[in-house]
Amino acid sequence: MLNKKPVKLLAVPALLWLGLLFVLPMLLIALLSFFKRGTYGQVVYEFTLNNYIRIWDPLYGQIFGDTLVVAILTTLLSIVCGYPLAYYISRLEKSSQQIWLLLVMIPFWINFLVRSYAWVIILRSQGVVNTILQSLGLITEPLPLLYNSGSVLLGMVYTLLPFMVLPIYVSLEQMDRRKLEAAYDLGATPWKAFWHVTLPMTKTGVVTGSILVFVSSIGMFVVPDVMGGAKSALIGNVIQNQFLSARDWPFGSALSIVLMLLSMLLILLYFRAVKAGEAKEGAA
Amino acid sequence: MKTIIHLDSIEKSFHGSIVVPSFSLSIEEGEFLTLLGPSGCGKTTLLRMIAGFEEPTSGEIFLDGKPLTHVPPYQRDMNMVFQQYALFPHMTVEQNILFGLKMKKVSAAEQKKRLEEVLQYVQLTELRKRTPKQLSGGQQQRVAIARAIINNPRVLLLDEPLGALDYQLRKSLQLELKNLQKNLGITFIYVTHDQEEAMAMSDRIAVMNKGLIEQIASPAEIYNHPQTLFVATFIGENNIFRENGTNTAVRPEKIKLYQPQTEPEKHRKQGTITDAVFLGNLRKVYIRLDGQDMTVMAHQYAGDGLDWKVGDRVALGWAQTDEVILTC
Amino acid sequence: MKTWRRHTLTGYSWLMLVFLYLPISILMLYSFNDSRINATWSGFTWKWYVSLFDNRQVMQALMNSLSIGVISSVLATVLGTAASLAIKHYSLRWRTIVNGLIYLPIVIPEIMMGLALLVLFSQAHIELGKWTLIMAHVTFSMPYVMVIISGRLADMGKELEEAAQDLGATPWGTLRHVTLPLIMPGIIAGFLMSFTLSLDDFIISFFVAGPNSTTLPLYIYGLVKRGVSPEVNALSTLLIVSTVLLVIIAELFRRKDSKNGQIHF
Repeated sequence: MLNKKPVKLLAVPALLWLGLLFVLPMLLIALLSFFKRGTYGQVVYEFTLNNYIRIWDPLYGQIFGDTLVVAILTTLLSIVCGYPLAYYISRLEKSSQQIWLLLVMIPFWINFLVRSYAWVIILRSQGVVNTILQSLGLITEPLPLLYNSGSVLLGMVYTLLPFMVLPIYVSLEQMDRRKLEAAYDLGATPWKAFWHVTLPMTKTGVVTGSILVFVSSIGMFVVPDVMGGAKSALIGNVIQNQFLSARDWPFGSALSIVLMLLSMLLILLYFRAVKAGEAKEGAA
Repeated sequence: MKTIIHLDSIEKSFHGSIVVPSFSLSIEEGEFLTLLGPSGCGKTTLLRMIAGFEEPTSGEIFLDGKPLTHVPPYQRDMNMVFQQYALFPHMTVEQNILFGLKMKKVSAAEQKKRLEEVLQYVQLTELRKRTPKQLSGGQQQRVAIARAIINNPRVLLLDEPLGALDYQLRKSLQLELKNLQKNLGITFIYVTHDQEEAMAMSDRIAVMNKGLIEQIASPAEIYNHPQTLFVATFIGENNIFRENGTNTAVRPEKIKLYQPQTEPEKHRKQGTITDAVFLGNLRKVYIRLDGQDMTVMAHQYAGDGLDWKVGDRVALGWAQTDEVILTC
Repeated sequence: MKTWRRHTLTGYSWLMLVFLYLPISILMLYSFNDSRINATWSGFTWKWYVSLFDNRQVMQALMNSLSIGVISSVLATVLGTAASLAIKHYSLRWRTIVNGLIYLPIVIPEIMMGLALLVLFSQAHIELGKWTLIMAHVTFSMPYVMVIISGRLADMGKELEEAAQDLGATPWGTLRHVTLPLIMPGIIAGFLMSFTLSLDDFIISFFVAGPNSTTLPLYIYGLVKRGVSPEVNALSTLLIVSTVLLVIIAELFRRKDSKNGQIHF
């Protein structure tokens, strides 16, 4: 198959590259998670399940739980913020659509460290909001706007929103408008038409967007690191810490493997739920 | 006449399902052969196999007696005019036309000479510096033809080359193409789903259906003596009488209508007129046959002085020689 | 259609746009604020930018970022273009498998790729530094290059390549005279995108950088951890402006002569 046309061999360097620098390292951390940590932070090549047993410690359970809650909330809020925006863009004229899409896309390319930092300027105790409120005499003491779970959530939605808007826009664009017209023709109110026609037909966009947002937020450590307090550490921060400060690489690997499996499992469940919903609708 | 292309037991299947069942075909030098059939009948696949873009699953294609199957498209002495022309958008008209000669490393002087000739021939001399985007559909089509014929191919393959143009332009280009083929003496293999186009241009027509060639013959032969039910109904209009397991076809213009009492010896069927459409030079009359679930079309000259009205009782007749017995 | 419904939607959408841009704009604005300490505006100044250019560490980080960006995006573009050209000719089944492998790095959490590469480099005893950063950057930006170029190739269809072959061009002649010139805008867009990704990357670089290979985002992170300062504002502003310019230019190239101009990402 591959030797018939020489042009087909052009993919070999890229595939080798990804094999060596992506697949191999992924397998390595999977392997590493079954080894022990030495006294000086080195890896001791002895098989153990201890790293996985340690994850059952309620401390980590709590952090995993927090991470999931933040990721799910981020996803839901992104849908709420992103869907109407995507809907609005898809109803514009072609030329304005291109401009709006570019405007939504640009922040996505800006470094998220910088974007989280921008919120620090606004929300910190001597920040823009507190300074304005104080000069207006509305408050005397600065409000604690930063370094809590709320600010982490805000930062997450802010950085990941474009991931939600673009796929929803694409599915709205691909939607067959005639079905919507048919619904109006049959006397559906705009809300009913939206609920029974538009929303089901753009489900793929919502699913794609949700997966992108969810996957990105579940491993996020920059936003909590910059905008969160000591109590709002997420699993990403714990993993980062295991690798760079605690130097317990086997445990860090185990944590990240669990994180990956967990996110895959949740994505799978989400797909199932959407599919089941479709089947139910089809039967009705 | 000498055979230029011979297809020997060619068969093509995609993912295990047969698209073109095994068949053989000889194409003669200098002829204008049309592959005619509805979309999805395998005619484009057949053309692409001849061009070398698809490999037959089994069988062999010969050009001048030499097997072609393992010869890549760029070494085959034939050229193709694509459905959407496939002009290179990043090149001018001139660069497009010269592409083939450049690839074959023809000398610069020869390139120039042939370019001028061809540009003149297709009347594109003034547009030579334009890009395809700046041309109309008809002009683009001429560039596509110029780009192919400048290489003096043995065979020119044309894949619905007029399909993207409007009706008027198509009509005039049909004649142009036919003249071009006569003057150049190149073998044309032409794919179309438009029977009128096929009739107007071809020396022979191969009518294809579901990957099979149903009949291959001159346009007159195809029209007057269709061999199969598909050919009889696909080409022009036809009345099919099914009697005792055989199908007999009679063209509407061969059917003569009689008033019930005149010339009774020529009557074959009786019926009632259900519809009559006046079209200027002729009337299309639809007759419901007595005791049969069948409506017959009969084209009557408008100048015969007879007036056919809906509800009239009529008799139908035709000459024995106008009947075509269909083999399948 | 009720107009209030449309007005609400319009208002909401503009609000979202403000939400996306206000923080960045404030950050940029404050990079010109004369006051070091607090959020009150005390006059326009360029001095924070001037001090950046006097700062040897900043200049070093900038040079690192630029050289890593250029080398990694050239590599990513060459590898990605070659692979896209090949994958187009694969059968559907192989294409699905290979595409799966190629797009996986886009959907895996970045932190995992970063730490996996750290583990690989340390196990292979490769010293962390510029070259490990370059290798990492190629790995995460190549899939994006391929998304863009594959889109362009799909847009082009196969007819033009067939026409070239029909006119006597060998596969390599077709590549050189027809395919490459036609996908060139996509290649340039892919290059610019991967340069932007490299310039911007923090998470993966964080794991695989060595002590002497600090990039701009890593340097900014060090400053951010110490608190808000006008120098960070200025540096961030420079990073934002260059990113925005690069993205817009890349977008223009990607849409150039493209049939549908659809957003792929």
